[in-house]
Amino acid sequence: MRKILATSILSLGLASAAYAEPVKIGVITTLSGGGAGLGIDMRDAFTLAMKQSGNKDIELVIEDDAQKPEIAVQLAEKMIQSDKVDLLTGIIWSNLAMAVVPNTVAQDIIYLSPNAGPSALAGANCNANYFNVAYQNDNFHEAMGQYANKDYKKTFILAPNYPAGKDALTGFKRFYKGELAGEVYTQVGQTDYAAEIAQIRDSGADSVFFFLPGGMGISFMKQYAQSGVKTPVMGPGFSFDQDVLGAIGDAALGVKNSATWSKDLDNDANKKFVEAFKTEYKRLPSIYAAQSWDTANLILAALSKASVKDKDAFKAALKAADFKSVRGKFVFNNNNHPIQNVYVREVVKEDNVLTNKIVATAFEDHKDAYADKCKM
Amino acid sequence: MSTALLIEQLLNGLQLGVMLFLMAAGLTLIFGVMGLINLAHGSLYMIGAFACAVVASLTGSFWLGLIASLAAAAAAGAIMEVVVIRRLYDRDHLDQVLATFALILIFSEGSRWVFGSFPLYLDIPPVLQGAVSLPGGGQYQLYRLAIIAVGIAVALGLYLLISRTRLGMRIRAGESDREMIAALGIDIQTLYTIVFALGAALAGLAGALVGALQSVQVGMGEPVLILAFVVIVIGGIGSIKGALIGAILVGLIDTMGRFLLPKTLALILPAAQAGMVGGALASMLIYIVMALILAFRPRGLFAA
Repeated sequence: MRKILATSILSLGLASAAYAEPVKIGVITTLSGGGAGLGIDMRDAFTLAMKQSGNKDIELVIEDDAQKPEIAVQLAEKMIQSDKVDLLTGIIWSNLAMAVVPNTVAQDIIYLSPNAGPSALAGANCNANYFNVAYQNDNFHEAMGQYANKDYKKTFILAPNYPAGKDALTGFKRFYKGELAGEVYTQVGQTDYAAEIAQIRDSGADSVFFFLPGGMGISFMKQYAQSGVKTPVMGPGFSFDQDVLGAIGDAALGVKNSATWSKDLDNDANKKFVEAFKTEYKRLPSIYAAQSWDTANLILAALSKASVKDKDAFKAALKAADFKSVRGKFVFNNNNHPIQNVYVREVVKEDNVLTNKIVATAFEDHKDAYADKCKM
Repeated sequence: MSTALLIEQLLNGLQLGVMLFLMAAGLTLIFGVMGLINLAHGSLYMIGAFACAVVASLTGSFWLGLIASLAAAAAAGAIMEVVVIRRLYDRDHLDQVLATFALILIFSEGSRWVFGSFPLYLDIPPVLQGAVSLPGGGQYQLYRLAIIAVGIAVALGLYLLISRTRLGMRIRAGESDREMIAALGIDIQTLYTIVFALGAALAGLAGALVGALQSVQVGMGEPVLILAFVVIVIGGIGSIKGALIGAILVGLIDTMGRFLLPKTLALILPAAQAGMVGGALASMLIYIVMALILAFRPRGLFAA
């Protein structure tokens, strides 16, 4: 009797082990340096989603890329070769994604992007192992271009001189029908915009569109507000998101910006997410946190349907995107990039905290411009 | 292109130059007197900005913040000198670079520990808000004019300090022969600490002044540090006068390059391309100028 009991317990143990195999997820993100705010929001939302799922079989390997491509590449190699991760995710910046993603997916490791969406990975070089849960880089800017047609005829446009900056202005121009009062590329990491603001003043523009992520946008907005130039500004949501609004201050009030997510988006998943994030971290979540939360929930949903060891079944489960997105409806296009709404938000003050509220929908079920070139 | 725009851009160049001077003056003073390359000078700039932002948000007064930034940066500089830098004077430059680079990492991650990863808020004081009218019909931000004034005042003050006071005499003596002034009974250790704290305070002042224009965040000092090094190399290492001329030169060239190069290229290229190529060339311009100056005057414009 005793022996039978022992064997049955043993076999039970074995059975449960075989059923719930451990899953290892590598998270490479920016946790130090000037861009750390974005990566920390990404990491915090991701770990919170995993914690709330109660899934004990998931192991996270989280490392800091310091916003440097060469470090990100080394970390990816280490995670694939020695940690033997099943999935990789976490990268915020496009130049780092370009350094890591092609090599990772070539080794048949699945990569899920919680933020960067460089155009080079969306078109002819799309890959069945690469899932972008965030957006294609052009999307936010396209939405602002579309929205600008309503009010403006002569816009001055401005972005840093690097791939995502060029994607940004290309995206804006794709939908904007008015005339350009000027098109300026600034240095990456530039902190003083006096020379550019002087040109805006002189250009006779009726509006300004700028894409300057992180600290660059904070500097620009503060200097712009003080310069005496009254031309209205607009930009993608990155420049007016929760991570930077506090530092810009009231200068941002009333500015229109585009995003696929906002904390007032009316759906249950989003309410739950905003509440959970606020309770856990005592601050409001950003776009990066929202996208990362979706990435985590997409992985969890796919894991409940298929084993991560069965690559094809798991990829099919990811592609089905059968999860409750904080952005409401969420579907993958043929190139594994989302088809989603893009909204226009306005910066407002609630309970003395600057935040955004949705004022319009620029696109419904928007697809990126590169999907046709993807042979999937 | 209007005259108002040109005047505005010249003022922008001057303002950038003056700000660089505040950084470069401390850097060049420390190198001139102690022969030390201090990579952590950018961290002192960051400390100044953080101190100002924190005190200003606690007390609501930018001016108290400004005083705090001077005090915090000078104190951080003095502690740094006594604890770490003092051991490095006799070592070669590589050891100094390694140790002060380590200090950058310690200060950066330390401020992240204390203040978190998100940028802090610091606003311009109410008196200096807004813009003033310029001759020619343009407008210019009042606060930037104030920075120019502060920079000129600091340059004048430093000149008087070094040429007219006893401390200045000792600093000059320390620059030319440090063994001899030690032999004459001057407490060289204290002199070094004072010079270091003075340089640090200037960096902290620059950080606080600029913090109100830009974002106060971890790592904000390093890009400025690189420009400050360009300035002292152009001006001649160890020379305050060189630092002033070099800083204004770099400020003007950088601003005018960013403004005029794309405009000039637009005459022969389509607008988008001119913007990209012009922007890329403009970011190289000061380094090209530095290379040219070094080719003709290898020790800088005003070598000590």
